Amino acid sequence: MNFDFSDDQKMLKDQARKFLTEKCSTKVVRKILEGDEPYDKALWKQIAEMGWLGTAIPEEYGGLGLGHLELCVIAEELGRVVAPVPFASSAYLATEALLIAGSDAQKKKYLPKLASGEWIGTFAIAEGPQPPSPKTLKASLKGGKLDGTKSPVPDGDVADFAVVLAKTAEGQGERTLSLAIVDLKGSGVSRRTVKTVDPSRSQAELSFKGATAEALGPAGDGWDLAKRVLDRAAVLMAFEQVGGADACLVMAKDYALNRYAFGRTIASFQAIKHKLADMYVMNELARSNAYFGAWALSTNASDLPEAAAGARISATDAFHNASKENIQTHGGMGFTWELDCHLYYRRSKMLSLALGASRVWKDRLVNHLEKKNVA
Amino acid sequence: MDFNDTAQEAAFRAEVRSWLEANAKPKTAVGFSAENPRFQRNEQEALKIAKAWQAKKAEKRYARITWPKENGGLGGTPMQQVVYNQEESKFDVPSGFFEIGLGMCIPTVTHYASKDVAARYVKPALYGEEIWCQLFSEPSAGSDVAGLRTRAEKDGDDWIINGQKIWTSGAHYSDYGILLTRTDPNVPKHKGLTMFYLSMKAPGVEVRPIKQMSGGANFNEVFFTNVRIPDAQRLGNVGDGWSVALTTLMHERLAVGGGQGGSGADINELLSLARETELEDGPAIRNASVRERIAEWYVRGQGLKYTTYRTLTALSQGRVPGPEASIAKVVVAPKMQDLASFAMDLEDMGGVMTGEDSPMMGAFQQSFMWAPGLRIAGGTDEILKNIIAERVLGLPADIRVDKDIPYNKLPTGR
Repeated sequence: MNFDFSDDQKMLKDQARKFLTEKCSTKVVRKILEGDEPYDKALWKQIAEMGWLGTAIPEEYGGLGLGHLELCVIAEELGRVVAPVPFASSAYLATEALLIAGSDAQKKKYLPKLASGEWIGTFAIAEGPQPPSPKTLKASLKGGKLDGTKSPVPDGDVADFAVVLAKTAEGQGERTLSLAIVDLKGSGVSRRTVKTVDPSRSQAELSFKGATAEALGPAGDGWDLAKRVLDRAAVLMAFEQVGGADACLVMAKDYALNRYAFGRTIASFQAIKHKLADMYVMNELARSNAYFGAWALSTNASDLPEAAAGARISATDAFHNASKENIQTHGGMGFTWELDCHLYYRRSKMLSLALGASRVWKDRLVNHLEKKNVA
Repeated sequence: MDFNDTAQEAAFRAEVRSWLEANAKPKTAVGFSAENPRFQRNEQEALKIAKAWQAKKAEKRYARITWPKENGGLGGTPMQQVVYNQEESKFDVPSGFFEIGLGMCIPTVTHYASKDVAARYVKPALYGEEIWCQLFSEPSAGSDVAGLRTRAEKDGDDWIINGQKIWTSGAHYSDYGILLTRTDPNVPKHKGLTMFYLSMKAPGVEVRPIKQMSGGANFNEVFFTNVRIPDAQRLGNVGDGWSVALTTLMHERLAVGGGQGGSGADINELLSLARETELEDGPAIRNASVRERIAEWYVRGQGLKYTTYRTLTALSQGRVPGPEASIAKVVVAPKMQDLASFAMDLEDMGGVMTGEDSPMMGAFQQSFMWAPGLRIAGGTDEILKNIIAERVLGLPADIRVDKDIPYNKLPTGR
């Protein structure tokens, strides 16, 4: 039994934590939250220089060729500091889409630029406030030209290219969808930054009018490939969520220990102790589920869809609970703009929606359990 | 990351497995059905079978893997104990009768008694010839066990015991017990306690089973009326009973890697119930709200399973497991209660029936009736959360208004 990260991976994690503690204080996050800049460019540049963006990209495509376990430990630390950079869009979504569906030429074209941070990539699925599905999606791709609207697209306002899920055939079946890569700086593309509950990360509406698109993966495979990309991203994002949830627990604990009411530290009241104990329990369950996701992702296990769903549901639950109860522990102060609690509350909700809501993942998880039982 | 044994673990696993194969029968998949022999044996028969199995294990030194060889153990590692437990759990062998004695009582006796005394008790306990129980809890001292009332008064070289214990597992078939008493009511509660061991057959000891709300009787009340114990059966110094009790409880916590929590109806049973139950809009397994609940409990269960894997990894690498090991019961018990209640809801009006009129022999109904006890036994949900808050998160202990007050001046309520 070796259900833990290696010493090297732990060392990488320590380095990432040290670096981000220094370079990504909540002051840095607030600059993006409160300002007009879509992400912190200085931080992004340094992250790229350290090679983090290419952690799971093979060396032949300009990456570090380390692997997904290494990417997981970095993700946890990025989540801990609610980093205001397009890491998830580029390093989880666009990169994973290219890794699993790209031709060798596409990998050669895109991956080195993703690894170096020269290009930002993203993944465009949603079309407004409802779950995307073969029944509801409308953006259509015909003869290499894309028409339609995708919204919200994470980092859509700054990305250089997007992997887009679009209709390539009539009907509502799963085989009517395909993936395609679109150059967002090309003609026929307009973008508009949208307002979100977490302005520390930007999102946009992308409108396509005859934009040039190149197919990614076989036609008709889009829905299946999108689910596979989401599974892989879900594991990585679960680590971000676990990192964020842990940060909330630390904040709540530190505040409770130093806040005095009724003549004693509020950390000595059972109402607070039990709240924090519950937070700890949920965070640990989430961490363990995320570890299993990491194992499945790094070994390409057939259990990956189930492991990813478990990691995502558990981490979403833990971060949601920790971020809201952190505010509650802070009392009135927690509701102020000045305190940092809301940065985590915002990020927690944003991450919980980014790859689809828990409701959808729970349904998918039970699908896998049913299949497993039949098999 | 992998889930593989180390070479040594694999070798030990093979050794254990071949011994088990030669000496026991693999579990069959009868589960929660009338064919399961567990539903048929009475306790006397079960005890007889358990004692025979324990003797076999002890002969092979598997009864207590981590104990030193001179005490009849294997001198093995905690991980070897885990490997043994994992393998044994695949076989239809008895369990449960000796855990309290070997896990808690005997380690306390060997820690505090003389070598000769310890030698007298260790081997019979290990071989299942003598069973031990733990006499700590009282009707007015549960979570606050240091507030116990059972008196021990000095009479020459003896002590005279009067009082009552409760929730004593296995007292009715136990031969010996370790007993926490109050020897000085004039000092604050933790300071006036003393620990003894005694024969459960001693004159003045009376054991009465407690009928639980679930209908069964797994625990006992034990009454002490002028029970005479020689001073030689004292464990630790007079007045040091609390620290002796902490030693006992520490051994309880070290006994990791045993069962995986409750043995009641769980997620797999819920999945098959959901498949078989027809709701107004089709099979329950197709119903969105049912699926959502199944997913939530499944993820909690898996979270615990993988938390155990993290603990085992630490053991396998010779490290002390992290504090995450402390979350199990506070997750398992409420989950059992909620899951059982939900399963009964799926059965709708028929959910009220139990036993053979109910799916899976009433497994969910039994869990529903047993879960309230599981949320209390061995540390209530609330006490466990205090422990996590204080020992893991480092939050302050509760303010103790009874700390410096002599025991006999404390308010006692009814």
